[in-house]
Amino acid sequence: MEKHYLSVLVANHAGVLARISSLFCQRGFNIDSLTVSATDNPEISRITIVTTGDEASFRQVRKQTEKLIETKTLFPLNLRTSLLRELLLIKLRSNNELKPKIEEIAKKYGASVIDVSVGCMVLELTGEPEKVDDFLLKIKDYEIVEMCRTGVTAMERGEVTYLLGV
Amino acid sequence: MLLTGAEIVAEVLIEQGVDTVFGYPGGSVLNIYDALYQYSDKINHYMSAHEQGAAHAADGYARLTGKTGVVISTSGPGATNLVTGIATAYMDSVPLVAITGNVPTSLIGRDSFQEVYIAGITMPITKHNFTVRSVEELADTLRTAFKIANEGRPGPVLIDIPKDVTVNKADFEVISPVNKAPEEKRLKHLEKVADLINSSKFPVVYFGGGVRISGAEQELFELLKKAEIPATYTMMAAGVLGYGDELNMGLIGMHGSRTANLAVDNADLVLAIGTRFSDRVALNTNKFARRARIVHIDIDPSEIGKNVPADTSIIGDVKKVLTALLPMIEKANHTEWLAQINEWKQKDYRPRDDDSVLKPHQVMSAICDAAGEDAVYITDVGQHQMWAAQYIRHLKTKSFLTSGGLGTMGYGYGAAIGAAVADGGKRPIIHITGDGSFHMNMNEACTAVSYNLPVITVIMNNSVLGMVRQWQKTFYGKRYSSSEPERKTNYKAVAEGFGLTGFKCTNLAEFKEALDKALELKAPVWIECVIDREEAVLPMIPAGGSVDDMIIN
Ligand SMILES: Cc1ncc(C[n+]2csc(CCOP(=O)(O)OP(=O)(O)O)c2C)c(N)n1
Ligand SMILES: [Mg+2]
Repeated sequence: MEKHYLSVLVANHAGVLARISSLFCQRGFNIDSLTVSATDNPEISRITIVTTGDEASFRQVRKQTEKLIETKTLFPLNLRTSLLRELLLIKLRSNNELKPKIEEIAKKYGASVIDVSVGCMVLELTGEPEKVDDFLLKIKDYEIVEMCRTGVTAMERGEVTYLLGV
Repeated sequence: MLLTGAEIVAEVLIEQGVDTVFGYPGGSVLNIYDALYQYSDKINHYMSAHEQGAAHAADGYARLTGKTGVVISTSGPGATNLVTGIATAYMDSVPLVAITGNVPTSLIGRDSFQEVYIAGITMPITKHNFTVRSVEELADTLRTAFKIANEGRPGPVLIDIPKDVTVNKADFEVISPVNKAPEEKRLKHLEKVADLINSSKFPVVYFGGGVRISGAEQELFELLKKAEIPATYTMMAAGVLGYGDELNMGLIGMHGSRTANLAVDNADLVLAIGTRFSDRVALNTNKFARRARIVHIDIDPSEIGKNVPADTSIIGDVKKVLTALLPMIEKANHTEWLAQINEWKQKDYRPRDDDSVLKPHQVMSAICDAAGEDAVYITDVGQHQMWAAQYIRHLKTKSFLTSGGLGTMGYGYGAAIGAAVADGGKRPIIHITGDGSFHMNMNEACTAVSYNLPVITVIMNNSVLGMVRQWQKTFYGKRYSSSEPERKTNYKAVAEGFGLTGFKCTNLAEFKEALDKALELKAPVWIECVIDREEAVLPMIPAGGSVDDMIIN
């Protein structure tokens, strides 16, 4: 089972997200992450979907998504030519003894400490999903109080190659 | 001019060429119904007994005429009652615009009386749907709905209109729909497909409803004749190729002819045209057309390779594709292949006649004899549907209306009413139903009576849910769980109770007599045919099987 990354440019309407997630659900496609974001065009939102599944069903769900009236354009992201980013917020149990150790790992990954409270601290990390995964591995010995990842948002390098249908 | 939202609805319907709508009133659509009253000289509204019946009527109207069917209902239960009708239209690619009222904008989201989120409910069974937020956007939203319903692969679109939007006023100007031809996409792979056709020795065409929807009957016929290719079809395309044509091998799939299924199994080339390899056709996707190259021609790119991988495909409107392809096809003869097919045809399943009772195939044959070539046939779902598909001598396109994709019991009467309305009394309208299905929708008899629609309903009464029972008999050790209801319905009496004529027949002579009388009456009629419950639909390929697994007796 492969991981697939899909960029979908959609009309910025209420209900678009419901339509897309309902479609993935109906076709039995698991969504690993999904982000919706504003673009420079107020009428267009950009959805980035990460899913796992075989190539044939990915192709099918892609064609199905393309058929939605509100889909302007859609393309799978080529990992070699795309920039993928994700944001992580993680709250770790800490004290005077643990804090410097955590800070040292954070520094290696470029994560910043954005809050220190009694008994815990919060780190923020932005990067490629693999980097976030890797970072999580490194701090797995520390107790996680809570965490959240935004899911991937992405774009391709260089000139825009897609055309927005009207 | 300044009009209320309700008047705008009526104006846009007229602008879009709609003169007939089906529906049922209620609180949220009172304003729309008030406008329909005002516009009654331009728009005929047909009220059903149940919104599901109205949705099926709009669907039947659309399938017969090729125009967009329109159905209107109130919010809440009115809207949910449309759901089965919308899903039926969705599965069979029928252009339908469903207009639902909703509670006023200020009450939306508060679980108000008769509020449901119908846009959410119908999301996966419509091509698209809209909630109209203000009267200013109403006219354009309605126009877009008609455009979407008709464009490309047709289907249903729902527009939800809160009540305040129907009262508020906005400026309205008529914009006649421009029949802007969709941008011409260059058709790909034409040469490759032509080469495959020209070099094949054992070609088969397998076609579906797309040929009918695109109006490509003539082009298909020319292709078949020019390259001499035998053809088989799905239920959605019954009548596209005349019964009795030497290249017609009959239905494909689960209850298709042995010849058609054998031909696909032995073909070196299968041209799938306007069809989607459903699980009732390609029962086993690994074995389907296993010796053949598959060419798939369809307007919907998401159908290519969805169920069965195609070696080559052409995406486009079937009529355009075939028109472009025809000059590239060489005249050919496949004498040897046709001889093989004729040999198979000799051995096709043929049920035995018995005039002393009512045999399903003889009933169908008698209907064709009496109703003539011009008749329109509408079915419900079950064994009777399959008998109608198999034994009616389909001669005309768009004249067999049946719920293929969803298999909706209860489709028939509503659809027949829509067909009768569309036809206006010119062609015989024959509704073939089963005792089970008819109990789901017989209430629409009142509609047929109110508007004096000459729908002849033939009830194939085997006293059981025959199709379910046949599966239980074959695959569940004759454990007839909930398929043999002990119903005592007296159809003749019920018919009379509704104010129409009823007949009951137990043998062929009685049936022929009743049918002749019914055709003369030019009014709604029920004819009950008593059928033995052991009658089965044959041949049959079990789900997941191939032609090797075909059950013949
Ligand atoms: C709304 C709905 N419910 C259930 C079914 C499942 N089903 C398919 S055929 C059938 C039996 C139909 O009985 P009847 O109308 O008497 O037709 P027969 O097979 O006896 O000719 C049933 C229950 C269905 N297709 N549609
Ligand atoms: Mg029955």
